[in-house]
Amino acid sequence: MPEMELPIGPQHPALKEPVNFRVIVDGERIVRLDLDISYNHRGIEKAAETREFSKSLYLIERICGICSHAHATNFAKGIEALMGVEAPRRAQWIRTLVAELERIHSHLLWLGVAAHEIGYNTLFMYTWRDRETVQDILELISGNRVNYGMNAIGGVRRDVTDAMKPRILEGLQRLEARATYYTHVIREEETLLIRTRGVGRLSTDRAVALDAVGPVARGSNVGFDVRRDDPHLAYSEIPFDVITSPACDVFGRVEVRAHELVQSVRMCAHMVENLPPGELMAKVPRAAPAGEYVSRYEAPRGELVHFLRTRGTDKVDRLSVRTPTLTNWPSVVEAIQGHVIADIPVVVAAIDPCLSCTSRMTFVDVDAKRTSSLTWDDLVEYGMRYYAEKEGL
Amino acid sequence: MSVLLLALYLVVFPGILFLLGFGLFSEWYDRKLTARMQNRMGPPWFQPFADFVKLLSKEDITPQGVPARLYAAIPLFAFAAVATAFLYVPVVGASSPFGFPGDLVLILYLLTLPTVMVFLLGWTSSNVFARIGGVRAVSQLFVYEVPFFLAALGPALALETWAIGDVVAAQRGGLWLVLLEPLGFAVLLIALQAKLERVPFDIPEAETELVAGPLTELTGKKLALWNLSKDMALATGAALVVALFLGGPTLPGVALDGVLGAAVAFAAFFLKVLLVLLLLAILKAALGRLRIDQLVDWGWKVLTPAALIQIGVVLVLKAGGWL
Repeated sequence: MPEMELPIGPQHPALKEPVNFRVIVDGERIVRLDLDISYNHRGIEKAAETREFSKSLYLIERICGICSHAHATNFAKGIEALMGVEAPRRAQWIRTLVAELERIHSHLLWLGVAAHEIGYNTLFMYTWRDRETVQDILELISGNRVNYGMNAIGGVRRDVTDAMKPRILEGLQRLEARATYYTHVIREEETLLIRTRGVGRLSTDRAVALDAVGPVARGSNVGFDVRRDDPHLAYSEIPFDVITSPACDVFGRVEVRAHELVQSVRMCAHMVENLPPGELMAKVPRAAPAGEYVSRYEAPRGELVHFLRTRGTDKVDRLSVRTPTLTNWPSVVEAIQGHVIADIPVVVAAIDPCLSCTSRMTFVDVDAKRTSSLTWDDLVEYGMRYYAEKEGL
Repeated sequence: MSVLLLALYLVVFPGILFLLGFGLFSEWYDRKLTARMQNRMGPPWFQPFADFVKLLSKEDITPQGVPARLYAAIPLFAFAAVATAFLYVPVVGASSPFGFPGDLVLILYLLTLPTVMVFLLGWTSSNVFARIGGVRAVSQLFVYEVPFFLAALGPALALETWAIGDVVAAQRGGLWLVLLEPLGFAVLLIALQAKLERVPFDIPEAETELVAGPLTELTGKKLALWNLSKDMALATGAALVVALFLGGPTLPGVALDGVLGAAVAFAAFFLKVLLVLLLLAILKAALGRLRIDQLVDWGWKVLTPAALIQIGVVLVLKAGGWL
């Protein structure tokens, strides 16, 4: 067959969110791949500049549906640092507990999606059933299954009471059994192995060079984990292992996530059993003094960075969010080289892409080879012009 | 048999009308089993029929640049091929009234036609997903068809007959050929799974890669008819396995005549088909999808040699006079 272009996305059954791959294929083999992201720009960074910290927190929690707690915690952590206050110890532990529960739910979700991408729907159904357990725990703690709303500037809004503990531990016990089971499944299930081993290779050097983060980097044997290397919240007090895999392929990424599941379950059990007593909230001022802060956090998908700048008011002057998916994209383009069409879904899924959290607005002039950001006034003017020309408004 | 009875057989039972119901039932049974294995509820019994009716009411779109008449005829061809194949499979007696020496070859031929139709569908659809899917369907055809034929001809070789009725009749005593040719049985099941394009061989239709593969542009009545032919192919394939390896509608030690005999024979046939469908559903639920290159590799290095070994065993047994 001649070379042809296979358009994957922005709408495609393999994708749950909009992204576009223009894949040039020769028969089954991939010749070239172009990536087009940012189909869903939501203007959250800009909107955050117009709201007080406490209201921004709600907005920022909604950057991502799956790692909602990651964004909210990272933002709250950064603002607290700028204000020069520290959340009480118990609040830090509860934040960490919810963070690890979120990681469990995210990794279980991902394992199912990855299985679905290679047509292994039974594993998909199993992991999503077990995910219900962790969501029940999260609902018990926060009252919500997705956006937990646990954070406030200066602490957490809800307590983990003694009455909750037996039920949480019971759920965690079931989850530990299931997580251990999945570590066996991924090692022993034949179709899973042949579809992931040697697929989407990303060497340790290239993973570092392409700035891969999270399980993608650790699956390529890069021992980097913000929880250990730049301890935040209560991570310095809780024992856990940083999981790496020498496999350097999709299997490595699967392996890392499966073993991280087990680690996270154990961390949660440890935290529930040893939750320190104390206050939930620290007293915080309304405004933060002028300053800049880079807030780092190990989200389920990798290192999440919030850049925060304040000007002595109760609003951020600038918020810049760098999600792990954004920095993992180049590794996909590299890992997909030389593979066949059938490998695209699983290699893409292996970075656990969370697309709509990734969208950032940059103005690119292709002819002049120049990129710049639009100012607010430019954007308003562009919007007016667009609707005047296209819609006649 | 009188002409009236033959017409009844052809049109009502176990001809086309029965096959429609049987096909839809097979789909439901398969979906329900898979769902239960995956810890889901599964659809209610009338779901496949409801899907069929719903599709009939949907808009029927023919994409631009597609030969409209050929495109519309393709699902009909597939439907006709499968419906005809089923006529030769014994359902209520040891042999079908339409059976003739050599009908086994005809069935195998007719069951290959739907795959050729899949390719045609993909190629004429003028859609890149459909085209790649069509090419994959043909690549896959070359892999599973050889072991499928070898495994299906094993019983014919052992019993020295090309008539499916004779194969069934020879197993009447209870010495089902699955006992003699377990390897052939396994190969036939696996190759049938590939023929029906089910997991782990749903490569041409791989949803996460090719949307719906060759069926991407198929809509409305055409899609309804196509899905129905697929259901019928599932039922016919299972019935063929039953006839070749599990003694068809016969039960050892049961020799009844008339309506009661036919009823018992049908019950035996039906239960055996359920068993085969169960095996196919387990295969579907237990595995993920292979890649086409992995399938080609595995098909020629494992599946075909396995079928050949089975043929070799049968030949040795025959040469030694044990069979």
